[in-house]
Amino acid sequence: MEKRIRVLVAKPGLDGHDRGAKVVARALRDAGFEVIYTGLRQTPEQIAEAALQEDVNVVAMSILSGAHSHLFPKVVNLLREKGMKDTLVIGGGVIPEDDIPALKEAGIAEVFTPGALTTDIVEFIKKNVK
Amino acid sequence: MSNEKVQAELAKYEASAEKAIARFPERPHLPEQRLYTPLDIKNTDYADEISFPGVYPYTRGVQPTMYRGRFWTMRMYAGFSTAEESNKRYRYLIESGATGLSCAFDLPTQIGYDSDDDISQGEVGKVGVAIDSMADMELLFDKIDLGKVSTSMTINAPASVLLAMYIAVAEKQGVTPDLLKGTIQNDILKEYAARGTYIFPPRPSMRLITNIFEYCSKNVPKWNTISISGYHIREAGSTASQEIAFTIADGIAYVEAAIKAGLDVDAFAGRLSFFWNAHNNVLEEVAKFRASRRIWAKVMKERFHAQKPKSLMLRFHTQTAGSMLTAQQPNNNIIRVALQTAAAVMGGTQSLHTNSRDEALALPTEDSVMIALRTQQIVAYESGLADVIDPLAGSYYVEALTNKIEAEAWDYIKKIDEIGGAVAAIEKGYIQKEIQDSAYKWQMDVESGAKTIVGVNKFHIKEESPKNLLRVDASVGEKQKAKLIEMKAKRDQAAVQAALTALEKACVDENENLMPHILTAVKTYATLGEICGVMRKVFGEYEAHVNL
Amino acid sequence: MSFPLRGHALYPAKGGAEMDIAQELLNGSRLALTRAITAIENEYDEATDIMKKIYPHTGNAFVLGITGPPGAGKSTLTDKLAREYRKQGKTVGIVAIDPTSPFSGGAILGDRIRMNGLTLDEGVFIRSMGTRGSLGGLSHKTADAVKAMDAFGKDIIFVETVGVGQSEVDIVKAADTTMVVLIPGMGDDIQAIKAGILEIGDVFTINKADHEGADRLVTELNMMLDLDGVMKDWRPPIQKVVANQGIGIQEVIAIIDKHHSYIKGNGQLAERRIKRTKDEMLDILNSRIGSYITEKIVDTGIIDDFVRDIKARKTDPYTVAAGIMHDILK
Repeated sequence: MEKRIRVLVAKPGLDGHDRGAKVVARALRDAGFEVIYTGLRQTPEQIAEAALQEDVNVVAMSILSGAHSHLFPKVVNLLREKGMKDTLVIGGGVIPEDDIPALKEAGIAEVFTPGALTTDIVEFIKKNVK
Repeated sequence: MSNEKVQAELAKYEASAEKAIARFPERPHLPEQRLYTPLDIKNTDYADEISFPGVYPYTRGVQPTMYRGRFWTMRMYAGFSTAEESNKRYRYLIESGATGLSCAFDLPTQIGYDSDDDISQGEVGKVGVAIDSMADMELLFDKIDLGKVSTSMTINAPASVLLAMYIAVAEKQGVTPDLLKGTIQNDILKEYAARGTYIFPPRPSMRLITNIFEYCSKNVPKWNTISISGYHIREAGSTASQEIAFTIADGIAYVEAAIKAGLDVDAFAGRLSFFWNAHNNVLEEVAKFRASRRIWAKVMKERFHAQKPKSLMLRFHTQTAGSMLTAQQPNNNIIRVALQTAAAVMGGTQSLHTNSRDEALALPTEDSVMIALRTQQIVAYESGLADVIDPLAGSYYVEALTNKIEAEAWDYIKKIDEIGGAVAAIEKGYIQKEIQDSAYKWQMDVESGAKTIVGVNKFHIKEESPKNLLRVDASVGEKQKAKLIEMKAKRDQAAVQAALTALEKACVDENENLMPHILTAVKTYATLGEICGVMRKVFGEYEAHVNL
Repeated sequence: MSFPLRGHALYPAKGGAEMDIAQELLNGSRLALTRAITAIENEYDEATDIMKKIYPHTGNAFVLGITGPPGAGKSTLTDKLAREYRKQGKTVGIVAIDPTSPFSGGAILGDRIRMNGLTLDEGVFIRSMGTRGSLGGLSHKTADAVKAMDAFGKDIIFVETVGVGQSEVDIVKAADTTMVVLIPGMGDDIQAIKAGILEIGDVFTINKADHEGADRLVTELNMMLDLDGVMKDWRPPIQKVVANQGIGIQEVIAIIDKHHSYIKGNGQLAERRIKRTKDEMLDILNSRIGSYITEKIVDTGIIDDFVRDIKARKTDPYTVAAGIMHDILK
C-alpha cells in the first residue's frame, strides 16, 4: 500500500506574505508528504472545500496580518460541518502567545510562531495525524 | 608595496595561516576568502568605479556632502486601526522628532476593498489604517500641515487613488499640489513577485503607473512617484544580490514603460526612488547599497541615455529587516536593529525606518517605537558613523564585495533581459522561483545550524510569554463600517455616479490619463472600493503564478 | 512509513458500524466521493467493494485526457474549459496528476492553484493525485478515480497529466478524447512530439499562441501529422489558444464536441471503451496474480526455498514458475 500524508497549505485572508507558507510546503514535500498549496487570499469556505475534495489529513494555515482569531476557527467549523471531523488543523504566523489558548480551544491543534523549525512541524504532523 | 610583492607576502601569509589552522581549525560555513588585500581590487579604477560623492557613478553617495549637512530622514512607518488612532500616533511621532511620516494601510485598503466588503472581515485596521474614502484621509492628517511634512505611503495597486485623496485633502487645507512632498510606493512588479497585494494584471497596472508619472511631473513635481522596492523581495527570502538585481530589473521595466508612453526620460527619472532592506550582515549590506547606486547610474546613462545628473542617482529609503526579528528574546532585536541602522547609514541611505523589537509578535507599542527611533538618533549623533562620507570606501573587503555583488546582479539583469524583461520574468515565475529557492536554503541553513540565529537555534532560554503587546481593538471593523455607512448617506450620490461612469469610460480608452478622473471621483467621496471596482470591471484581476 | 494514517470512522475495523461509502456516493455525498478516491488511491481493502457497487453506475461520463510538457499551461486550459462546460450546464470532475519526487516520495500537487476559481462551484470536483512511483498501478488508480466521479454523476471528467513517461501516456490513452497541449519556444517541443505524444493526440492545442514561434510550431506540427502517410478520416485539428486570456476556448470546445460526435458516430467510442475495459480487466488480473505471488510465495519465504533449489541446480526457474502457475489456476 502506498499511503501518503496529504496536507493542504493555505493562506487565508488578504496578506501576501507567503514566504513561510512556501518554505513549509517544500519542507513537507521533502518529508515525503503530498502537498497542495492554495495560493493567496483564500476564504475559509474555499479552504474547507479544497480540503474536502483533496481529502487531506492536515490543513496548515499561515497568517501574518493579525486576522487569525477571526479566520482560523471559521475554517475548523466549516471542515467539521463538511464531515472532515478528524482533519488535523495547524496554524502559523505572527500570532501573539495570548491568542493561542483560544485558538486551541477552537480546534487548532498547534500554532507555530516565528522561529519554529520545519522539522518540528513535520514531527508534529507525523505524531498527530489520524 | 608593488602587487608582485603583495603576492609574495600573501603566499607567505597563507602558508602560516594554514599551519595555524592545522592547530586551530576555522569555524565552518565562513566566506571562501579569509583576508582581502590590494590584489582583490587591483582592477578597480577609482575614477571610473568609485569616484566622489555626488559624482558618477555615485558609488560613494548621491550628494556631495551627505550627512555633514543634514541627517537622513528618520521616517517611522506607522498606522493601524482607524484614521483617528493613526493620526494620534503620527502627531506623537512628529513631537518626538520624527522628520517624515510613513503611512501603513490595512490590507483591504491595499487591495482596493472597502471595510464593509465580505472579504475584508477580520482584516480591517489590522496591519495599518483603514481608508475607505477621502473622509478617512481628512481625519488621518487632521492638524498635520501637509505643506510642511513629507509623507510616504506604502500603497501600490491603488496608489493612484490614495495619492488623489492626499492631493484633495491638501487642497482642502489650502496647500497646492506643487508644494506636496512625499512618496508613494506604487511598485506593482514586486507585488507580483514578492509581496502579494496586487489587484490588476500587469498591463493596466503599468498604465496606471505611467499615468501617475506623467500627472505628477506636471502637477506634483516634488512628489516621488514610485519607490522601487527590494525590501519585500529580501523579506521574501532573496539574497543581497538578488534584492538589488530584481529591483533594478523592475526599475528598468518602469522606465521602459514610461518612455514607451511618450515621456522624456529626464522628465520623470529624477523622481524615481528606491527602497532597500538593511539585513544582518553589516558589511555585505554596505557593499550592496554602494553596488546598487553604481548599477543604476550605469543603467540610466548607458541604456536610457539620461542626461540630467539627477536621473542617474539612485536615492533610497531603507527599512531594517523585519524577517530578521525574532519572537524569542525580543530585546535582542534592539541590537539587531542598531547594527542594521549602522549598515544603512554607512551605505548612505536618504531615509530610514527602524523596526521595533516586538514586531515578530505584533504591531509595535509606543515604547518600542521610541527605542527604535532613538536607535537612529544615537547612530546619528553619538556613533560618529555619519560624520565622514562613505567611511568604508577603500576597504579591500568592502570594495571587493561591492564589485562581487555588482557582478552577480548584472548576471541576473542579463538573464531577465533574455527572458524579455521583468514583466515576462514574473509572468513566467522565474523571479518568484529564484526567491523561493533562496528562502528555502536560508531556512535549511538555520535548521542545520550552518547559520546561527541567536536565541533561535543557539543560546535559547526558557521565556515568559511577552506582555503588553499592542492589540488592535476588535471593534475597529464595526466602527469603520458604521462610519462608512454614515458617510455614504451624506454624500451627493448623483455626483458619485457621474464620476464613476466617467472613470469607467476613461479606463477603456488607453490613451486617457486616469489621474484627473480619479481625483474628481475621490472629491465626490466615492470610496476606494467603488473606484477600484470600476477598474476591476474594465481591467480584470491578476492571477498569480506559483511554481513551488 | 510508520505513522498512523486514516484510522477514521469511515474505515473501521471489520465488523464495525460502517458508512456505506458506495451508497452515499451514489446519493451525491461529496464526502463519500472524496473518501472513495482516497480508498482507491491508498489501496484500502474497501476499495474493491466500493468499485463493485458503483460499477453499474459508470460509463455515462465523457472522459477528456489532457497532456503535454510541463509549463504548457494545461491546468489553466482545463480551468477555462471547465468554466465553459459549466456555462452549458454540465457538471465537471477533474483528476490532476503531478509527479512524485523520487527522492523524498513527496509531491507538490500544483494544479489546483490554477483552478482556485472553481473550488466553490458545487458542480465541479477537483482531485489532485501524485504518481507515487507506482509501477503501472497509477493508470489503474486514475481510471478508478474517474469511475468514482462518473458514478457520482459528473458529465465531463478531465484527466490532466504531464506528458512525459509511459505511465502518464497510458493514463490519457484511457480517455475518450485526448488533447495534447503544446507551447512555442520550448526548444524541445518537437522532440516531445516525436517522443510519442503525436500518436495519442486526437486534438492539438497550441497554448500561449501570442508568443513568438506559435505559427512555426503549427506549421511543423501540421507537417508531422500529414507525414504520417496513413489516410485517416480524422485528421487531428490544431487550435491556437491563449488560455490565461480565454482566447480560443470556444473553438477548442467545438473541436472536442466534433471529435466526440465523430467517434460516437462511427463506433470508435464503443470500440475504445471495449478496449479500455479489456485493458482494465487484464490490469486487475495481473495485479491480483502479482499480489497472490507476493502474499503466498514471497512474504512466506517459500521463494527462498525455490531459489536455493534452483541455485543448487536441483530444479530450474521455468519448472518452478510452471508449478506456481498450476497452483494459481487450480
